[in-house]
Amino acid sequence: MPDGLIQGTPRASSPQIVLPPADAAVPLPKMLEDWEPVIGLEVHVQLATRSKIFSPSAIEFGAPPNSLTDPLVLGMPGTLPVFNQAVLQLALKLGVATSSQIRAKSRFARKHYFYPDLPKGYQISQFDEPLCENGHLDVILRGGLKRVKLQRIHLEEDAGKTSHVGVSSHVDLNRAGVPLVEVVTAPELGSAEEAGEFMRSLLRLVRWLEISDGDMEKGQMRCDANVSIRRRGEDRLGTRTELKNINSFRFVENAIENEIARQIRMLEAGERIVRETRLWDADRGQSQPMRSKEEANDYRYFPDPDLPPLVVDGPIMGSILRSIPELPSVRYDRYQRVYGISSDDARTLVSERALADYFDQVIAAHPGDRSGRMLANWVLTELLGALHATGTPVARSPMLPATLSALVVLIESGTISGKIGKEVFEESFASGEAPAAIIERRGLQQISDTAMLWEIINRVVAANPKQAEAYTMGGKDGLFGFFVGAVMKETQGRANPVITSDLLHKRLGR
Amino acid sequence: MSFAFWSAADTARRVAAGEVTAAQITEAQLARIGAIDGELGAFLAIDADGARAAAADVDRRRAANQPIGPLAGVPIALKDVLVTRGLATTAGSKILEGWIPPYDAHVVERLRAADAIILGKVNCDEFAMGSSTENSAYRKTRNPWNAERVPGGSSGGSSASVAAGLCAASLGTDTGGSIRQPAAFCGVVGLKPTYGRVSRWGVVAFASSLDQVGPVTRTVADAALVLQAIAGFDPRDSTSLEAPVPRLVDELTGDVRGLRIGLPQEYFEAMDDDVRAAIVRTAAALVERGAETVDLSLPHTGLALAAYYLIAPAEASSNLARFDGVRYGKRVEAADLTEMYARTRGAGFGPEVKRRIMLGTYALRSGYYDAYYKKAQQIRTLIKRDFDRAFKYCDVILTPTTPTPAFAFGAKATPYEMYLADVFTLSCNLAGLPGISVPCGLAGDGLPIGAQLLGRALDEATLLRAAAVIEAAVGLGERRPTAIGGAA
Repeated sequence: MPDGLIQGTPRASSPQIVLPPADAAVPLPKMLEDWEPVIGLEVHVQLATRSKIFSPSAIEFGAPPNSLTDPLVLGMPGTLPVFNQAVLQLALKLGVATSSQIRAKSRFARKHYFYPDLPKGYQISQFDEPLCENGHLDVILRGGLKRVKLQRIHLEEDAGKTSHVGVSSHVDLNRAGVPLVEVVTAPELGSAEEAGEFMRSLLRLVRWLEISDGDMEKGQMRCDANVSIRRRGEDRLGTRTELKNINSFRFVENAIENEIARQIRMLEAGERIVRETRLWDADRGQSQPMRSKEEANDYRYFPDPDLPPLVVDGPIMGSILRSIPELPSVRYDRYQRVYGISSDDARTLVSERALADYFDQVIAAHPGDRSGRMLANWVLTELLGALHATGTPVARSPMLPATLSALVVLIESGTISGKIGKEVFEESFASGEAPAAIIERRGLQQISDTAMLWEIINRVVAANPKQAEAYTMGGKDGLFGFFVGAVMKETQGRANPVITSDLLHKRLGR
Repeated sequence: MSFAFWSAADTARRVAAGEVTAAQITEAQLARIGAIDGELGAFLAIDADGARAAAADVDRRRAANQPIGPLAGVPIALKDVLVTRGLATTAGSKILEGWIPPYDAHVVERLRAADAIILGKVNCDEFAMGSSTENSAYRKTRNPWNAERVPGGSSGGSSASVAAGLCAASLGTDTGGSIRQPAAFCGVVGLKPTYGRVSRWGVVAFASSLDQVGPVTRTVADAALVLQAIAGFDPRDSTSLEAPVPRLVDELTGDVRGLRIGLPQEYFEAMDDDVRAAIVRTAAALVERGAETVDLSLPHTGLALAAYYLIAPAEASSNLARFDGVRYGKRVEAADLTEMYARTRGAGFGPEVKRRIMLGTYALRSGYYDAYYKKAQQIRTLIKRDFDRAFKYCDVILTPTTPTPAFAFGAKATPYEMYLADVFTLSCNLAGLPGISVPCGLAGDGLPIGAQLLGRALDEATLLRAAAVIEAAVGLGERRPTAIGGAA
């Protein structure tokens, strides 16, 4: 399957925008007639600040181990955290874009556990007073929107990375202190596919808001899934397991699907599900138990005495509200409602903000307001195709929105046919020359002059008497196309197809 | 010539005037440390090279008529919980053995900028947990007034070194009385500033919501001078206050006319007769100079000890989690990670630190937070309100600093008895208020007694003004420690 943002569409943009689609579902359908999966996600998203959440250390992917540290990041005695206000701006954008309730005063709390990549022995997070609560994300599913409740969005610092090499363990603290938001959904996703689409919608949103690159392969977006199963019609939730280490888009659906199947098989065999944390092993395509509830850490949360409450005041909220663009789910809806664009095409148009913005600019440049579907077609097929072929991101398209609109105007006015239009598009895309100039220079204007076309038709029919007879007398309908083609050949494709067809019918007598 | 008992103010003035060089003072003090500290036990690290270089720099600039700082040439010692670049910092603990910090605490930067001469690091209870400096993992510090008595704690090295004339001033930290109690025991002045007045950047944390750095000096004027140098907003400490610091030395007017001195009844219930008599004399001296006394009540005082011993250990258990043997300090190797943690922390921490980590871990357990930590925070609010109310009727509060003068080594047989030594000083930290201990006479056995003044938030000025009057009226005058270092 190609690396399309949405299945079946060309790669729209720069390589990092690739969002692998779901693999074809492992068929579970029989089982799912009796059982209903209930899934909740906890997604960590790295916020795109230049420095860390509580220290001035820089953030950069792939830097030499422990080069992005300072006494604070190393957890040295006497160091104190100072909150990076840029983090608040980015987190609030997500809070506002998900219609969350924003706490005027939220608190940082310490979450304690011992691990070598956690320098202070605690992670600064938020516990009972998170920044955002009770929001929702409108997930764009194939065929429509699904509103998924978000229980909370809170701020926290990332830990470092431990890797095991032979008998020794290596700790890299470059990532320690990187700002994260943790987005926690209500348990209301009904399938692995919905969970996958939730992730895609969230990724689209964070990129749309320019608060994160959301690259899962770089750890900028990570997902833990709480999965439970219940009999259809049952109200009570089943015992859940938590799946960790789903660190690539490719695994989200696989891992969840696998867990759903595992739980159903257990229940059908009369076994009980144990509340536990399981680690997804992508290489083996299965999960392993990591720890049971009994072994769970007591994190000993308490408010961090080194940090005052995080205050969100009116002016900050005002500037955030002004900075929020029209959201993808809103545009998706508008494209269908206002322009009659199909849900699939609308979904593709909003797959990336640059593409949706491009489309809106084409619409804005275009005279009249009935051309939405046609313009969408041109953007999705010709433009995306050409961008894909040349590996150009939408934002750097050599063809400007107004140019594309002008080309469509020439088609709509009958100056050129749609077929010639594609030719003109390709040339204009490649050279930057205006479509009208290309048409003028190459004499591509459509021939709509009846007298001129009548003369050409007469010539063509005269040159092909057998075919003319076979069509007129012998009833060989298929030969009509032969004559259209011959006229087009004579005119280098410039004959107005509608008039040509009319005149041919007249000349051939059928 | 001996500079041992020159005040910081005198020293700075004479260095600036060219009567003496910083190098002369530094050499004399280093020699004196060499002579006396073997018995006193105050220093954990001596930075002779750094001190000499700083002194030479001061002298060079003075000679070139370039500006020199307000503490130019003043010999200073630092409690070993203050982080010093390139100079070992142990917090009195084996777990930090061998750690050479790559940075300076904010207060150390400020002292260096003021041209103070940092002689070295002084002893304290491990991670500032204790009231006698007996919990240091390194050495015993003696009380210069009586070698068989403790110097107090946790800033015992700070108070002993100043009392014995090894330095003109030192910095201590005060979480529940750790500056004021040892200052009282050693007959020197100790000031705990308002929480947030002095940056905690570079202070090895004990209990973050209670810790403050402050000066230990032989005179009240020196306390003002040193506090001036270290106080003020620091963006690296999010709890630092953005409040202007007045020129404190100018506040020492000697005038206490009309000043209302609160005497809280809860602080006069149980104490030595000598201590009680000294405080009564102190109050009388203030009244004689125009102040008035107000009897008042701080009704939640009795809950302070319990609240303190939930909050402080809870925060400590969290703050000390970073000492895991992974990145710096001590590591005891083991077959696996959990065992390495256990062995490192088992070997690195002393018994009192372990006790408080256990206490704090217990208090923060899931499901117990409300019953312990949160409840203690509520008590803290009540104690704050007590003070808010009291300061409507008075300007400063006068109490004894400690119920008794310095006790003997090993005298506090149980941890709880030791905790009671801080009973008069804890509330001030819980409320975040400034407090000062100033000598107010000697007990019958020749040990110093401290009077404590507590003030409104950010009103160190009034504390210093009243303390200077006490110093002049009932202070120790020219009396010097009788056991160690008394002869200059």
